[in-house]
Amino acid sequence: MPLPLSLDQTINGVVREEWGRILAALTKAIGDLQLAEDCLQEAVARAIKRWPEAGIPDSPAAWLIRTARNIAIDRFRRDARHDRALPELTLLAETVAEDDPIDEAIPDKRLEMIFTCCHPALEEKTRVALTLRTLGGLTTEEIAASFLDAPATMAQRLVRAKRKIRAAGIPYRIPETSDLPERMQAVLSVIYLIFSRGNTATAAQSQHLSAEAIRLGRILCQLLPDDAEVAGLLALMLLTDARKAGRLDRDGHFLPLEQQNRRRWDKARIAEGDSILRKALGRGAVGPYQLQAAISACHATSPSWQDTNWTEIAALYGLLIQMVPTPVVRLNHAVALSYAGQLEQGYAILNGLQGNATLREYQPFHAARADLAARSGDVSAAKKHYAKAIALSVSPTEQLFLSAKSDSLSG
Amino acid sequence: MQYICLIYSAEGAGPQRGTADFGPFMQAYGAFTAEMQETGRFIAGDALQSVATATCVSVKDGKTITTDGPFAETKEQLGGYYLLDCESLDDALAQAAKIPTAQHGRIEVRPLVVWDN
Repeated sequence: MPLPLSLDQTINGVVREEWGRILAALTKAIGDLQLAEDCLQEAVARAIKRWPEAGIPDSPAAWLIRTARNIAIDRFRRDARHDRALPELTLLAETVAEDDPIDEAIPDKRLEMIFTCCHPALEEKTRVALTLRTLGGLTTEEIAASFLDAPATMAQRLVRAKRKIRAAGIPYRIPETSDLPERMQAVLSVIYLIFSRGNTATAAQSQHLSAEAIRLGRILCQLLPDDAEVAGLLALMLLTDARKAGRLDRDGHFLPLEQQNRRRWDKARIAEGDSILRKALGRGAVGPYQLQAAISACHATSPSWQDTNWTEIAALYGLLIQMVPTPVVRLNHAVALSYAGQLEQGYAILNGLQGNATLREYQPFHAARADLAARSGDVSAAKKHYAKAIALSVSPTEQLFLSAKSDSLSG
Repeated sequence: MQYICLIYSAEGAGPQRGTADFGPFMQAYGAFTAEMQETGRFIAGDALQSVATATCVSVKDGKTITTDGPFAETKEQLGGYYLLDCESLDDALAQAAKIPTAQHGRIEVRPLVVWDN
């Protein structure tokens, strides 16, 4: 049985859970994100005061949106400039009755909101921060901590972004069909950036970001159930996250895939990701996220390193290169080829990538070159690349692993 | 909302007067202006004389200082503008992308301030 949560935690949980949905509906009605956020913030402050005595209402979300909207109406009446929005707001007020369940009472405008937050007219870091704030309901302090920024700096970034949205007329709506593919890419990339920040983070402040990204991915899947890439992204995040526990050793140091204890992987999460992926692939609209998820699924469902289906992985990377021809994808393709019985071809590709600026200080590139050189019998090259890979590694466990490999080479 | 589209390009970039590409380039400008007028977006639009004709003035301690040349000595210079009435930034950006100079230069899109009465 779960431990009973304190009232504070319960209120915080409710607020976080419903924040994005309420804020999106309010913003759509008011037409001003900053004002909507101020009103909702004040509603939350009232809830914190009131709920401990009066009890948590049956529908906390409906309570919050009604209170926020009343605060907004009060502010509008005091300020004639907002006359235009008053009818819409009153409409929203009338549609939210006392005990309405949120699903029926509050129009879901989160999709419109996420397109606004991830608008290309905003800087990428701002898109990430704004999405976490408005849809994830994270506090400015939490977002600042995950970027290692000062809270005041992050607050300023968010205020500026909201000001630009209003002043420049960035609309709250789903983009036109002609712009949709590109704008969708921007949204998926923001969610994946949030996930990656959490996934690669060692700082505790950032680790919850991967859970937050998965939550946003689930919401997006719910809003766009027919989009194969949206499902592909969720599958990719689940399949990566499922293997998190195996990726670190007891001391929290990174372990290479070959050394990971696969029993520590989350089987249920792998099954969920795999099943979402299969449904997505069945729609016949393959994209980069589905391909990366498929590669991740190959690793995640393989009983051991030795049993990995490298031929399939190499083929998937081959397809991915056509869509995302980056040096890192080429590197992974070469490694997969080398284990799929095409060592010579893989080694040639890696040697061809030498001097590439992206890979120069990229530790996995040097580790892979060392491994392929060793397996090709080129001992002196292997030793040189192992030395570089060890120097670039930040994990003592990985350094030991690589040193042992290097030392085992004769010559 | 009103947006100004500031047209920037490096001098010498894009189709030059006297070359075969210049005619179609100017025709594209004509077509764009016509489209903006027909769709009710056009408020104003002009091309500027070259940067060589620019003069800057400022006033320090009541004294007017006049200097030859543009405000900023950058590679890309302001060469013209459109003032458009668009329903959102998305619409303004979509129109700006059709300005022929966007092919080799850059269009800065800025909303105009609406003064409260």
